[in-house]
Amino acid sequence: MFKRIKSWGPPLLLVTPSIILVAVFVYVLIGQNLQISMTNKHTAAPATKSVGFDNYIRLLQDDDFQHSLRNLGLLTVVFLAGTLIFGFLWAWILERPAFGEGFFRSVYLAPMAVSFIASGVVWRWLLSSLQTDQPGGERASGLNRLLDDVGLGFLQNSWWSDPNWGIAAIAVPAIWQLSGYVMALFLAGFRGIPDELREAARIDGCSEWKLYRHVIFPQLSPVMLSAVIIIGHMSLKLFDLIRAIVPDANTYAIQVPATEMWVKYIGGDYADSAAIGMIMLVLVALVVIPYLVYTSRQEKR
Amino acid sequence: MTTATVPATADVDAGDLRRGKRSARPKLNRTLKYALLLVGVIFVLIPAYVLVVTSFKGASDADPSTAWYLPTEWVTDGWVKAWETLSPSLGRTFALVIPASIISAVMGSMNGFVLSRWRFPYANLVFTMILFGMFIPYQAVMIPLTQLLQNLGVPGGIPSLLLLHIVYGIPICTLIFRNYYESIPTELIEASRMDGAGLLRTYASVIIPLSAPGFVVVIIWQFTAVWNDYLFAAFFSSGSNGPVTIALSFLAGGQLTDYGASMAGALIASIPTLIVYILLGKYFVGGLMSGSVKG
Repeated sequence: MFKRIKSWGPPLLLVTPSIILVAVFVYVLIGQNLQISMTNKHTAAPATKSVGFDNYIRLLQDDDFQHSLRNLGLLTVVFLAGTLIFGFLWAWILERPAFGEGFFRSVYLAPMAVSFIASGVVWRWLLSSLQTDQPGGERASGLNRLLDDVGLGFLQNSWWSDPNWGIAAIAVPAIWQLSGYVMALFLAGFRGIPDELREAARIDGCSEWKLYRHVIFPQLSPVMLSAVIIIGHMSLKLFDLIRAIVPDANTYAIQVPATEMWVKYIGGDYADSAAIGMIMLVLVALVVIPYLVYTSRQEKR
Repeated sequence: MTTATVPATADVDAGDLRRGKRSARPKLNRTLKYALLLVGVIFVLIPAYVLVVTSFKGASDADPSTAWYLPTEWVTDGWVKAWETLSPSLGRTFALVIPASIISAVMGSMNGFVLSRWRFPYANLVFTMILFGMFIPYQAVMIPLTQLLQNLGVPGGIPSLLLLHIVYGIPICTLIFRNYYESIPTELIEASRMDGAGLLRTYASVIIPLSAPGFVVVIIWQFTAVWNDYLFAAFFSSGSNGPVTIALSFLAGGQLTDYGASMAGALIASIPTLIVYILLGKYFVGGLMSGSVKG
């Protein structure tokens, strides 16, 4: 017994503060949040009773919240598609030594260093909805003005103001910001494939395309999975970028669970706000837990 | 961009076609390649161009209809105004970012060492539980968190944010250090054990001296994450005690937006992280990799 304590004691000593902090700030708080979400605290007045899952049922049946969920889905799909396409293409091109490789890589990655709040300042203006052919259109700005100037005026649109598809416009700055990250992930994936594998395929008479199609791309699927998980969960948590582009969080067109949670919080409706937080957590957990299990199994092998 | 190669293959017979194809292909690839790379550069640089150009325009010059053009007169009014508005919050942000990065890095280093090289029972489970903290949407803990900080008596603004960034920085710092220490040969640690050194001595005399690259990566990661945070800042601080992201959102979010000042402000708020990125870009990429559970 003493011997055991002696060998486990010191490592536990080093990690205990972190374990306690994470236990309290993550797991205990999640538990408390669940509790709050099951009360009737919808105003400044304190909660009087527990209502079970009523808040969840009402939220999930609510048209507004369904709109938020639909927006979130659309945002995630566009965000994922955009970053994967750009990130993969750039990585594929830069994978073989190219002139100015370092320059391109640095440029693509740079937006990653900038906060969503700072980039939102300029994207808010770029995604301005006024079009040149509308009343008052001489004051149209941003991308609409640019498209008109270069003769692509028909591409002008109302960007994020459209209640059905507007949320997809929010994905544009998000793609701008994170494509470089996905590129970096794929680059690491490409570089991790041993040269022998390529040589062997070439000796077997593989054409370059076939080499990529059948040998290299399949090896990248773990990287692809990482990218999907990271971008997917970022998209779910996206709040600051939306706030920076549309300062009024209570705007129907761009409403997602993260902004709705904030609006309810500000309004003192802690029960609904907490319930939305829990729904977001469940959505993340559905994706992340299988992934964590999968990676920890991979490691053991 | 493809026109250069098409005539070369169009008017030759089949035998030449094959050869032509072979020699033309790399050329086509190269043109296409640089075209794609250039599209990317333009995509990335358009917002940067607008930010810089607009930040040097006077109020009358910043009209939407001429927004894509260079300033008729280069003025620094926007920069002056932005600096006046943001400078108090910049000081606060540095006072937050530096200790937050260092403290969570130290904790991450201790955890990473134990979890990779000095395991205890259920270490893997503990690691996974810590890791999950990295992915949770903070919205799911926010409301009880505000109550907890109140009960603990932590003042709003920088003290609250400092505590939060340290705590929620632990998972990522642990992950990065754990992956880093996995690459340290076991022999080193075993040798130290043979010499009779316990865990703490091994950590202090063998691991810490080898940890500099790990610390660089973690500190870059935390520096950018904390500097750029807005969610915690919005919940736990206000304009008068908040970090630079809050000040910037006030500067840019008003009804009568001064485009020149808000764009100058966005640039000012991005300079520190961009400097870190430019100086330590190599490690920055390393940090990004480690951020992806298994890079």
